[in-house]
Amino acid sequence: MSGVDPVVLNLTVFVLAIFVGYHVVWNVTPALHTPLMAVTNAVSGIIIVGAMLAAGPQEMGVGTVLGLAAVTLAAVNVFGGFLVTKRMLDMFKKKSK
Amino acid sequence: MSANFVALTYLFAAVLFILTLKGLSSPATSRRGNQFGMIGMAIAVLTTLTLTHNMAYILIAIAVGGTIGAIIAQRIQMTAMPELVAAMHSLVGLAAVLVAMSAFNDPVAYGIALPGEILHSSNRIELFIGTFVGAVTFTGSIIAFLKLSGKMSGKPIRFSGQHWVNLGLGIVMVGFGVVFFLSPSWTPFLIMTAIALLLGVLLIVPIGGADMPVVISMLNSYSGWAAAGIGFTLNNNMLIIAGSLVGSSGAILSYIMCKAMNRAFLSVILGGFGGGEGAAADSGDGKQKTYRSGSADDAAFLMGNASSVIIVPGYGLAVARAQHAIKEMSNALTEKGVHVRYAIHPVAGRMPGHMNVLLAEAEVPYDQVVEMDEINNEFADTDVVLVIGANDVVNPAAKNDKSSPIYGMPILEAHKARTILVVKRSMATGYAGLDNDLFYLDKTMMVFGDAKKVVEDIIKSLA
Repeated sequence: MSGVDPVVLNLTVFVLAIFVGYHVVWNVTPALHTPLMAVTNAVSGIIIVGAMLAAGPQEMGVGTVLGLAAVTLAAVNVFGGFLVTKRMLDMFKKKSK
Repeated sequence: MSANFVALTYLFAAVLFILTLKGLSSPATSRRGNQFGMIGMAIAVLTTLTLTHNMAYILIAIAVGGTIGAIIAQRIQMTAMPELVAAMHSLVGLAAVLVAMSAFNDPVAYGIALPGEILHSSNRIELFIGTFVGAVTFTGSIIAFLKLSGKMSGKPIRFSGQHWVNLGLGIVMVGFGVVFFLSPSWTPFLIMTAIALLLGVLLIVPIGGADMPVVISMLNSYSGWAAAGIGFTLNNNMLIIAGSLVGSSGAILSYIMCKAMNRAFLSVILGGFGGGEGAAADSGDGKQKTYRSGSADDAAFLMGNASSVIIVPGYGLAVARAQHAIKEMSNALTEKGVHVRYAIHPVAGRMPGHMNVLLAEAEVPYDQVVEMDEINNEFADTDVVLVIGANDVVNPAAKNDKSSPIYGMPILEAHKARTILVVKRSMATGYAGLDNDLFYLDKTMMVFGDAKKVVEDIIKSLA
């Protein structure tokens, strides 16, 4: 196993994650499909991890500037996505008498 | 921090993201799920922060973006959710393209090449795919945003040979991808990125307004695949897992939306439906059909004396901002002992689940809101159905008329109720441009006027 190409390992994780996603998402109640979309928007803000790595090197240059721009964009998604999801879900909480 | 420890914290964050989606299986667990998501993201970001040198700059960037995001999240109108979501997809797409460019610029910084080396060949393929998907997501979502927010006409924009142009561009793009693979340099990379950006525009412009719920779900899916694609390039499991979760979520939503409209995914993508090209379509038999119309007072009388009422809200309700009024009306009816429920068609808004959010905002208790499959059997035992701002989703032609373009689309079977009230501005057709036989039934009464005004009049009359 030691000689496995990282591409194959990535593919393994990828395929398994799709299966998990598939099964979990089918269980989401249709009433919450809009919050689902908003929260997945926030989760896809995970690109911020890649962006931070791009912005990471000590020496500033084209790459780090692109990275910082990407961090900013992704942060909009992360904060905006989770907060707007919270706002929506709080509305579902309220129960009138 | 050791690479193993980083990988383990990423795993932990990934599990939290899965629990986030799992939480959405019911409103009761959903808020905790969202908190799991926030914690997962915080863990992923903090872990990554320890790997970087420019912490100050990065924190500033996060603060700037985060503030903008938080402000938008607070201020956005719930009716504008589809536009917001589309806009946010475009940000993910652009971020993916920027990260890809940065990775190509300096692969050593990511630890995916040794100093002095260029990007490995397998990474080049992944980079090509990630960039392509990111770029299409970016421009495609901008077009979707412009259409949804009304800044651009929802009509499909088509020209002859459109599909061939797209196909040709696609082939040229792959060609430059091959050139990039063989001899990585900026020129082929930038050309293929530019073509992908153009393709994003061309793929979304021919899609009509009625198909927007599918498009927005599809772009949701793409934004996930873009993140996963970048994860492959960077050998980063965090990005791969989170990206795949989002990708499969969007794909499932696209499927559900297509099914709810009885549209083949491919024909949605190829576009052209729902822009009203057949807007003048009538029943074709040339007969002047008669309908019955009544006043808000009549409607109030009928509902006030019923024992059960089902409200079928459509997007027209949201456009007229009548959600709160309808809530008041159903409260008034409930006080009179009427059993009131809401029936939701899966495409009763501009995005999946949109109507549920709009009703929740108006503080309609979610146990009164019933999905199509659960309520369809009950229309036959219902005294009054109030159709408000909806049209095609209650058109019986979808069940009875094989020649109808919407034949086969699942509908809310409002026509089975004892009495049907339809609140509409005029006899004009819906998105699909079809006449609706429901309006001409003997047991149907049309109430013309602005949805909000009519509902307010009904409330007055009930009091």
